[in-house]
Amino acid sequence: MAENNSDWLYSDEVKDHFFHPRNVLFEDESTFPHNARGMAGNVICGDQMLMLLKIKDDIIKDIKWKTYGCASAIASTSMLSEVAKGMNIADAFNITPQEVAEKLGGLPPNKKHCSVLGDEALRSAINGYLSENGRRNYEVK
Amino acid sequence: MKKIYLDNAATAPILLPVIWEMQKVLYGFGNPSSLHKSGRDAKKLVANARRQVAKLIGTQPDEIVFTSGGTESNGSVIFNFRNQKIIISAIEHPSIMEPVRRLDETLIAPVNKSGRVNLSAFKKLLDEKPALVSIMLANNETGAIQDVKKIATLAHAAGALVHTDATQAAGKVPIDARELNVDFLTISAHKIGGPKGVGALYIKKGLALEPMLLGGHQENNRRAGTENVASIVGFGLAADISRKSLRATARKMTTLRDKLKSGIIAAIPDVTVNGDPNNSLPHILNVSFAGAEGESILLRLDRLGIEVSTGSACASRDIMPSHVLMAMGADAELAHGSIRFSLGVDTTAEDINKVLKKLPPIVENLRNLSTIGKKYGRK
Repeated sequence: MAENNSDWLYSDEVKDHFFHPRNVLFEDESTFPHNARGMAGNVICGDQMLMLLKIKDDIIKDIKWKTYGCASAIASTSMLSEVAKGMNIADAFNITPQEVAEKLGGLPPNKKHCSVLGDEALRSAINGYLSENGRRNYEVK
Repeated sequence: MKKIYLDNAATAPILLPVIWEMQKVLYGFGNPSSLHKSGRDAKKLVANARRQVAKLIGTQPDEIVFTSGGTESNGSVIFNFRNQKIIISAIEHPSIMEPVRRLDETLIAPVNKSGRVNLSAFKKLLDEKPALVSIMLANNETGAIQDVKKIATLAHAAGALVHTDATQAAGKVPIDARELNVDFLTISAHKIGGPKGVGALYIKKGLALEPMLLGGHQENNRRAGTENVASIVGFGLAADISRKSLRATARKMTTLRDKLKSGIIAAIPDVTVNGDPNNSLPHILNVSFAGAEGESILLRLDRLGIEVSTGSACASRDIMPSHVLMAMGADAELAHGSIRFSLGVDTTAEDINKVLKKLPPIVENLRNLSTIGKKYGRK
């Protein structure tokens, strides 16, 4: 984990996103109209992310998510949702877990998998959307 | 903001009289091995502390070896049986689990749903003729008290020696090593209001363990190294105070712990209490909150000044949640969502009321943002 001045276990950015998650969906997923949905992780391992996207003209117009997991899992999904919102789906597909972790001011080594799962859920949502529209799936660069 | 510390099973605040006593001793400087007056004074202090610690667990003073803490006490017993068969339970502390993991011949006694050792399965394991049985007196995560007396009787009949890790039980329930019929017993100072970095191992008279630390005749040749005099004195005083106040403390803690338990059950749907309500330490309450993850609950409580702990995977490098809850057959989801509240001598009814006010909205919020939470939280 990168050194930081926080007296907290995580960076100030993680703390901020954990206590004030952005774009989170508190209600049932039926309350948010979406045309792309991706899920990653599982409860047995302690982390699960759900990404819901509203895509128009290949742009992510809106994004909502749910996460079961620890502070860094919640913060990673929150940060990822901020980065991806408004992006072209081809660019959003290529957001890396490292970028998310960097924007969060670093994650402890044993928490890296948290940032990977959010990306997985986002990519699965985007490819699901492409499949539904009869288009070729993107591949991870 | 007044902190509400409910993690006394991790470490308990040091008692003020212990600090004062240790401070006095720190001004002294004698080495208990020296023959002059300064040395003799230090030696006397250590001898007095040894009597105080012995009294807490019902042993003779010369059966007590001071160590650096519970981990050393546990490790030095296991070290002595490294080439022999050992039975441990599935819910031992890592300071037992890790050293035996390096050994070939360890047998693991399973526990039942409430976290107590399954005695019939244990009896079967004894057919393997182990040299040592090491089963904790009470579990640090759930507070479940084991029937060590019965375990010891069975083990002795099968020709094994018996060790019990009483680190979490000491000062909370009366302990009599003779009555328990164990050969070795571990305790630690910082769980009972003493300083960190000091503990003790009871070695029954007539038995000998090969020391792990060599190079001095200290502790009657059982552990080399100049004694940590001030900490040993602090340990002795903490043992004395906790022995004298044990009954009153246990009664008070039980009342408050039960208030916390019933309050949580009343205010929050879909909770599971882990452990054995009929055989539990008075200060520990372990609860699983379905649909909300433990570390997240812990950190949200921490922001409000309420300090608890979790055995969930996210707190460690391990991907699996608490080995204790998993050994009890808990569902992985419930194990990930477990919180341990452990009360202390200073915990008040007001503290418990505040927790009961602050906790429900945290769990509800985390369940609402969770992928699996929507099936929970509705009564």
